[in-house]
Amino acid sequence: MPDTFAASGLACIRGERIVFEDLDFSLTSGSALLLRGPNGSGKSSLLRLCAAFLAPAAGALTWNGTPITADRDAHRARIAWAGHLDAVKPAFTVAANLAFWLGLAPGGAALAVDTALGPLGLGHLADLPAAYLSAGQKRRLNLSRLSGSRAPLWLLDEPTSSLDDASARALLAVINRHCDGGGMAIIATHQDLALDRVATLTMAAP
Amino acid sequence: MANLHWLANPGRFLRIANAVLPYLGALTAALLAWGFFAGLSAPHDATQGAPAKIMYVHVPSAIMSMAIFGAMAVASAVALIWKHPLADIAAKASAVIGAGFTATTLLSGSLWGRPTWGTFWVWDARLTSELILFFIYLGYIAIWQAIEDPNRAARAAAILCLAGSVNLPIIHYSVEWWNTLHQPAGLLQGRTDSSMAVPLLTLLAGFFSFYVTMLLWRMEREVVGRKIRQLRLLRAQA
Amino acid sequence: MSPFLAVIARDVRLALRQGGGSYWTLLFFVLTVTLFPLGVGPDLALLARIGPGVLWVVALLAAMLSLDRMFQADYEDGSLELLALAPLPLELTVLAKAAAHWLTTGLPVTLLAPALGFLLAVDVTAYPILIAAMLLGTPVLSLVGSIGAALTVGVRRGGVLLSLLVIPLYVPALIFGALAVEATLDGLSPRPHLLLLGADLLVALALTPWAAAAALRLNLE
Repeated sequence: MPDTFAASGLACIRGERIVFEDLDFSLTSGSALLLRGPNGSGKSSLLRLCAAFLAPAAGALTWNGTPITADRDAHRARIAWAGHLDAVKPAFTVAANLAFWLGLAPGGAALAVDTALGPLGLGHLADLPAAYLSAGQKRRLNLSRLSGSRAPLWLLDEPTSSLDDASARALLAVINRHCDGGGMAIIATHQDLALDRVATLTMAAP
Repeated sequence: MANLHWLANPGRFLRIANAVLPYLGALTAALLAWGFFAGLSAPHDATQGAPAKIMYVHVPSAIMSMAIFGAMAVASAVALIWKHPLADIAAKASAVIGAGFTATTLLSGSLWGRPTWGTFWVWDARLTSELILFFIYLGYIAIWQAIEDPNRAARAAAILCLAGSVNLPIIHYSVEWWNTLHQPAGLLQGRTDSSMAVPLLTLLAGFFSFYVTMLLWRMEREVVGRKIRQLRLLRAQA
Repeated sequence: MSPFLAVIARDVRLALRQGGGSYWTLLFFVLTVTLFPLGVGPDLALLARIGPGVLWVVALLAAMLSLDRMFQADYEDGSLELLALAPLPLELTVLAKAAAHWLTTGLPVTLLAPALGFLLAVDVTAYPILIAAMLLGTPVLSLVGSIGAALTVGVRRGGVLLSLLVIPLYVPALIFGALAVEATLDGLSPRPHLLLLGADLLVALALTPWAAAAALRLNLE
């Protein structure tokens, strides 16, 4: 049974400004949705709505027809989040950083820490304090959480920024594998991401 | 888009407030004039003499300073639970008035303390509680100023107000407890007889009516201010 | 390890790292206490009288100065978003973080207090009660402080505002805690004060996580 994550008549107000209104989309298991649009068009705000950090000013987000606000705990458990901040503690090693988040992951981690570091090529850095990582490596460390996550809905805010081409391709492979396994992803991006099954939602300038 | 246009409801509030305000103002003036006249012309307190007249300002403003914080707590709860847009405006508009009453209480208390104790400030339980209440008011006002987005500021202030209102009885009790163990002193020792009670109650009603008048006036200004901000934002977006 | 303990362990480790701030808090406690004899004179009788109060006030300041550590760093590096999405309810995350804050400030301050009490000529017979009162009172400082820390997490230069919000709420813990020690020194029973302090702790335990979690959610919007 494929799952459906959908928005209808969504409106968002930040501060006192209307960011967008009357926004609809529908996403089913196995596919990804790219959010495109200029700065300020509300891509990040839409992701925050999807994660239920923010409540919509109008409209609703539903999971298989049920509003996500009906069971917030269940919705939290569905989400793997990678925002534009990397949540990396410089004082801990790469492995310790990842181990903490995988230990908290809903339903337990899908992969061991060492395995989860593999897909984005951080395996050899496991014992290095994260303070020594470059911006791109920190981003990869944060994204490595996704490989180890069982959450069906990935919400990614410009995941390829500060990644080199090879890492970006590796990330696309990870996302494709997630979707092949029946997962879904919503990705705010400024780049064309060559994913297998993907729809694009273009958001208008404010 | 019903909830995008929340000002529809405050629009009705503006009409009602405009109609009521002149009468409320007149009522306030009448109550205060009558209360002060009755209070000042009543016989002097047997033990404390003329300075005890300060009581007519001190006691009602002390009561109002606490009652207004209670009202703010109720408004904050309404704002958080039902998200009524006027509730957080009411809480915000109340804070400055409440802080004003608290300052009045502290000032009148220390003026009264001079002839009674020979010094302007004594760590009397009521004055100390009132001082801490004043700090809580200042914190509440500060958080409104610190957070720019009015919706977020409103909720942060509401959380602080509710936390404060849970804490206030504990603070009050602890100060009381602290005071009885150190140096018992109090401004209102002895009975109040009926010649004082009538002007006191009149003045309390007057202070309350003053609060409601100021509250409606400040709420009006806040609603109009937000309306202007919103129109400007709409123009900036158009 | 359960998620609750994992959050405590992580925060404690971060606080104990170099630059984590826990040592600075203790140093602040020691330095500030030593200012008092310099300020009021070396008269031991006077110091003995004000000693318990001084220890409490400075402990309170030390706890308060380290409050911004509780959520600020996690807010700035994005960890708070992930913690808010974790299966552990945010209220329990707040409780875990308050516990970690207490373990790295309140507890060491409590253990240091007798040594500093010695410098202030506080009578040795009062030490057990001083420690007991601080064990009950310093968690209140961390818990109540978590509300202020959560409210000001998104505010630029929120540190001063944080103090303004939190100091009035610290009054009961300060009063009950200082009175317990004072009562012991006066040869009276500290029991009622300790019971009141315990009651204050229970109220704080029951209510502050809700308020702080609500404030955090607000700042994650």
